Amino acid sequence: MASPGGRLEFRDVARGAALTEALAARVTSLGRAPVSVMHVCGSHEQAIAKFGLRAAFPPELRVIMGPGCPVCVTDVPEVDEAVALARQGVRVATYGDMLRVPGTAGSLADERGRGARIDVVYGAAQAVELARGGEPVVFFASGFETTAVATAAVLLADPPASFSVLSAHKYIPPVMEIVAEMPGSAIEGFLAAGHAATITGWGVFERFVERHRLPVVVAGFEPLDILAGLVRLVEVIASGEPRVDNAFPRCVTREGNPAAQAALWRVFELQGGRWRGIAHVPNGNLRLRDEFAAWDARRRYAIDVAALWDHAPAALVAQCQCGDIMAGIASPHDCALFGRDCTPDAPVGACMVSAEGTCKIWHQYGGHPDLREIRRRA
Amino acid sequence: MQRLVGMCLGVPGRIVSIDGDIALVDFWGVVKPVRIDVVDAPVAPGDYVLNHVGFAIRRISPEDVADTLALYDELLRRAGAGDLMAADVRSEIDAAGSHDG
Amino acid sequence: MTERRLVDERISLKHGAGGGAMRALIEQIFAPGFGEVAGGVGLSAMDDGAALPIGDRWLVVTTDAHVVQPIFFPGGDIGRLAVCGTVNDLAMMGATEPLALTCAAILEDGFPRCELERIWASIRAACAEAGTTIVTGDTKVMRRGELDRIALTTTGVALTSRVVTDRGLRPGDRVIVTGTVGDHGLAILATRGELAFDTTLVSDVAPLNGLVRGALAAGGAGVVAMKDPTRGGLSSALHEMAGKSGVAIVVDERAVPVRDEVRAAGELLGIDPLLVANEGKAVLGVRADVADRVVDALRAHPLGRAAAIVGECIAERPGSVIVDTGFGRRLLGEAEGELLPRIC
Repeated sequence: MASPGGRLEFRDVARGAALTEALAARVTSLGRAPVSVMHVCGSHEQAIAKFGLRAAFPPELRVIMGPGCPVCVTDVPEVDEAVALARQGVRVATYGDMLRVPGTAGSLADERGRGARIDVVYGAAQAVELARGGEPVVFFASGFETTAVATAAVLLADPPASFSVLSAHKYIPPVMEIVAEMPGSAIEGFLAAGHAATITGWGVFERFVERHRLPVVVAGFEPLDILAGLVRLVEVIASGEPRVDNAFPRCVTREGNPAAQAALWRVFELQGGRWRGIAHVPNGNLRLRDEFAAWDARRRYAIDVAALWDHAPAALVAQCQCGDIMAGIASPHDCALFGRDCTPDAPVGACMVSAEGTCKIWHQYGGHPDLREIRRRA
Repeated sequence: MQRLVGMCLGVPGRIVSIDGDIALVDFWGVVKPVRIDVVDAPVAPGDYVLNHVGFAIRRISPEDVADTLALYDELLRRAGAGDLMAADVRSEIDAAGSHDG
Repeated sequence: MTERRLVDERISLKHGAGGGAMRALIEQIFAPGFGEVAGGVGLSAMDDGAALPIGDRWLVVTTDAHVVQPIFFPGGDIGRLAVCGTVNDLAMMGATEPLALTCAAILEDGFPRCELERIWASIRAACAEAGTTIVTGDTKVMRRGELDRIALTTTGVALTSRVVTDRGLRPGDRVIVTGTVGDHGLAILATRGELAFDTTLVSDVAPLNGLVRGALAAGGAGVVAMKDPTRGGLSSALHEMAGKSGVAIVVDERAVPVRDEVRAAGELLGIDPLLVANEGKAVLGVRADVADRVVDALRAHPLGRAAAIVGECIAERPGSVIVDTGFGRRLLGEAEGELLPRIC
């Protein structure tokens, strides 16, 4: 029964069915409906969709996807910076998800179509390898703290002078404050991302719980991890005593990963900044410290974004509901564009671009259909 | 039981060998170099690590895996049902065992 | 969800991905004006090939252009691909005795002779495996930079006394795949040096006519639909079969054979093996009463050892493909554009 990292056990359908029933029983025993909880992680949404868990959740439980897709919350001016650099003839390397995110005047994919040199990389280390050839390479880096650790690590490992970073990295804890303070929020608890907490430790959420009296449960990404995390979250809600709970103990500790934190904070500092569609998030952006100015694309290049801003945004963009969807206020079905004028083929908003975007996921997996009634195979 | 569906996050793999800051990690037959300069604990060949965008971010010990499973079983026990495993699920598992490749 | 796609002003990679964008391109640009084939299958059917009635039989014709990067890959090369692609398209129409193939080669100036010889050796071997031959061809050479090395186009013809389309499913029918899915697509992706993958993944490229012949003999008229899950993978094949037949297909995800390595590579890249190309697999829709017999026949053939019943057709939600994951259910998506490794 031993398996690599225990992965198989976390996809055991029997335990899954049992946890599903436990979840339904817990929600029922709360005696009210609906019960709304939010996860703040695109990968949770991805796993929920992939494993078809929404068909297994009790109908009284609303699991809302919050602003947890790092690609989606990358702000338009940040995309514009990358596009402007590419137009200026600089070679840009980025993660596959970022390629098609629309800025003011198109995406990096559009620039590539016009002949710009854009490389899709699997990781920061690969972008550094590209730069070792001597030609300047800008790594357009997106992602939350987990992914920022990788960027930090390559900057601490003596990168070549030809390498630089355009950081669009974001830091999750502050945006949870914003969501918790949104007027009319019905969120009763949060499911926090296990990989981010692997780095930061679950202790990072203690202050949040104290301040907002809302429970946080850290959960992993296997189907059992998510189901167990939700069972735990509903248990804590029922207890009436909000606390941080760790439902991912094989990876997450209270303290997290000190080596990774040290690397992260040696290279990055927090700054306030806009998250696309959400708000200005105080301390929401991870930016390079002064010591790393030599590798900071923003300080090395005169990036002419203003040249892009003569373009009026397309008419459709004005109708895009990405912001409300990411904030958990609206669902893709509330958006008139969803599935008609906005598809993965021809995305209007960032939520339809990213593999972790709510709209993309709903579209890919059929627009969030209720499949509870489809009978099982005979 | 080997029916897994794709999901690239938090993919655990087993360290085959280590050279400086780079480990060769076996993910079910796919061997890939992974940086180990920010992993939380010293690692050695044979250890399992959690990989994120080419970096190991956590050493996963068999005890940690056991702890998590124990937690889930505790959740089930607390939920109070003697046998939550539905009959159709049982038969499905039995059937699954037979057409394992 | 219904959506009316229109082909954009410019053709892009998504129009070749085997999904909805490509179907829109064929429907809106290529197919109009060519009418139907009386008593047969024409372009508007968008099946694996055409079937032209001749006496009491049909002449099945299909054509396929092949480009692949790299041209030599683990498990095969562009030559083997070009033969198998066409032989398999014929077989998917029920025509398992290919009379002959044609092969047109477009080459880039400077292409090495030794590589060409290697490719043609592979073409000969694949033809021998499939029991067919090349009877005519064409050669063009382009200036350097006007073509990425080599493109091969093969056309195949075969006679059959029964045409099997991709639209014959009805509720209650079973869906069978003839083996592990995702092998070719992920083997090709894994060759991309920048991913730094070290794998033993190999393409499954193989001629399927012998395998299919056995299945048709075992299942007879009970084999009601066939398709090879090439571009767009199992997902596109199932969507086309479901859409054209007016049924939904419920797939038992845990019954779909996927190699561990393919699954692992898919997870590392964030790419679903059900969405990537196969070059040596077929999807068969069969009546329930012959399903076991067909699977037995498939498993008796070396290329069908891992054949399995993976799904069932239902009347609700026609056109959709529903995956039962064991934990819950979801709709299966289709490949859109190029497959890009995900951030995390």
